Amino acid sequence: MLTLISGDRPQSRILGALLLLVLLALAFAPFLFPGSRSLETAARICIFIVLVASYDLLLGYGGIVSFAHTMFFGMGAYGVGIALDRLGTGWGAMGLGALAGMALAGAVALVIALLSLRVRAIFFAMITLAIASAVAVLVSQLSGLTGGEDGMNLRIPRELTPAFRFEVLGLTVTGKILNYYLVFLGCLALFLTMLRLVNSPFGRVLLAIRENAFRAEAIGYRVVAYRAAATTLSAVIAAAAGALFAIWLRYVGPSTVLGMEIMMDILLIVVIGGMGTMYGAVVGTAIFVLAQNYLKTLMGGLAEATSGLPLVPDLLNPDRWLLWLGVLFILSVYFFPTGIVGRLRGAR
Amino acid sequence: MHPLLVTQDLTVRFGGHVAVNAVSCAFSPGQLTAIVGPNGAGKTTYFNLISGQIRATSGRVELLGQDVTRLSVSGRTHAGLGRAFQLTNLFPRLTVLENVRLVVQARARRGFNLWSMAQSHRDLTEAAEAVLDRVRLTALAHQTVSALSHGDQRKLEVAAMIALQPRVYMFDEPTAGMSVEEAPVILDLIAGIKADPQATVLLVEHKMDVIRSLADRIIVLHNGALVADGEPGAVMASAVVQEAYLGKDLADV
Ligand SMILES: Nc1ncnc2c1ncn2[C@@H]1O[C@H](COP(=O)(O)OP(=O)(O)O)[C@@H](O)[C@H]1O
Ligand SMILES: [Mg+2]
Repeated sequence: MLTLISGDRPQSRILGALLLLVLLALAFAPFLFPGSRSLETAARICIFIVLVASYDLLLGYGGIVSFAHTMFFGMGAYGVGIALDRLGTGWGAMGLGALAGMALAGAVALVIALLSLRVRAIFFAMITLAIASAVAVLVSQLSGLTGGEDGMNLRIPRELTPAFRFEVLGLTVTGKILNYYLVFLGCLALFLTMLRLVNSPFGRVLLAIRENAFRAEAIGYRVVAYRAAATTLSAVIAAAAGALFAIWLRYVGPSTVLGMEIMMDILLIVVIGGMGTMYGAVVGTAIFVLAQNYLKTLMGGLAEATSGLPLVPDLLNPDRWLLWLGVLFILSVYFFPTGIVGRLRGAR
Repeated sequence: MHPLLVTQDLTVRFGGHVAVNAVSCAFSPGQLTAIVGPNGAGKTTYFNLISGQIRATSGRVELLGQDVTRLSVSGRTHAGLGRAFQLTNLFPRLTVLENVRLVVQARARRGFNLWSMAQSHRDLTEAAEAVLDRVRLTALAHQTVSALSHGDQRKLEVAAMIALQPRVYMFDEPTAGMSVEEAPVILDLIAGIKADPQATVLLVEHKMDVIRSLADRIIVLHNGALVADGEPGAVMASAVVQEAYLGKDLADV
């Protein structure tokens, strides 16, 4: 068990309990929370945990700021999308597309890293911003290949669609549930992989570089090489998450995988959860996605309940949910500067 | 015996200002060389040129017979150079043990090990613990560095140097800002390092009693140029050095 999590103990009972809760809830989501909306939410949480954790690998461990993370996420998603579109529906095409997307993401990340990290880490942030914007434009222009702004609806293997049904022990299982478990197990494997990476000698070097790159170099670590490797790994994993997302949604488009809002969400979650902890991605994502999906509903209910009062219902109007999310964010950064995980570990 | 470190006409210009001016010098094994000179003489810059933080405008640096003038900082470290900095330079939020373990891991070239657990490399941890034992920091092994006193932080830097086991040791004012009680511990450690006949030690230091007790040789830098080089007694006695470059401290000797 300890080997499975690479010896990375939660170091706090509450955190341990929260992690177990999230794990169990996600593992049994199709049976605990029937209904397509909750399954959508569960799948989104799985995928964003991986996406955010892969960003944490970069920012929290390597100390590298990137704005291109959704671009790598998108490469995996479009890899699957384009492969299914061009090669036809099939497991082989789907897998090939995912691998091609991951390879492309890794290669692009490596080139960006080697070109810019030599100069200065801040240069990397600016380059990624420029390239991510350019790629987003390119994707909407090349509509013949990518479906442009409308994106593409994907025809995935039938076994993963709601139309596919079979019975196990008297329980009806649909292809949608199989699809969910593909997402869940894929994400679990990716997360455990990252946990392994950050607890390896390599992960220790990344932490050292984040702490003091000058010294890391002085004691014999080639900082550029380590940063480039972290960037590449992070991009490949983000692309894998993107591939799973495309398969799950049976759709790929700029708004679901490339948007700047997604990049902002990733940044918010990493900070709320706690940078450089990996587990922060789990707790942060669960809270954030739940808030994102259910805050509107909650606010609508509250607005109605307070409709007699002046001003209050206006503030609680569901259209203001982003405002409240912003307030929550500021409060959490103010009260938990080290994120939820940092806070829980500190209070151990 | 072949020198371990040679600088040949080593020069660096910052705009119009020549901070290190054609310094040629060789450092042999089994020797401790004190580098002295007033503030701004170029001592730290000379160190930066040797360890690679700054690129030379002209001249060469040779380490164990190999030209390292174009080598990266980490490359020079692997080639046998170890440097402790004038301003404390550690990983502040990591533990004392991890600070040393990272050095041992770098030396063993295991940093690109992605799939094993760091804590399963017992030999690295044990080597780091042995170094902490040698410098008597074992009791603080699991403390975060930022919680340490200034004196213990400087001691940890020396411990990191010992863990690195370089052939050329460079200390830049290792006792600066330390209390009178703390300084001797550091100096004892440096004396221990000096006992290694395979290594050479470069020490930037202002305190004359320290230099007298440790140095086999003194070189004097002034305005970036090497103006004196020789036995401690001879250099200290030389009139030109006494009057112009070393100020009262040395003149009182
Ligand atoms: N990176 C730099 N850019 C410009 N000037 C520098 C730089 N580093 C050092 N100098 C200048 O070089 C001279 C030597 O500085 P330094 O080597 O720190 O002296 P010392 O260590 O002997 O006190 C000083 O005049 C300093 O201002
Ligand atoms: Mg200096």
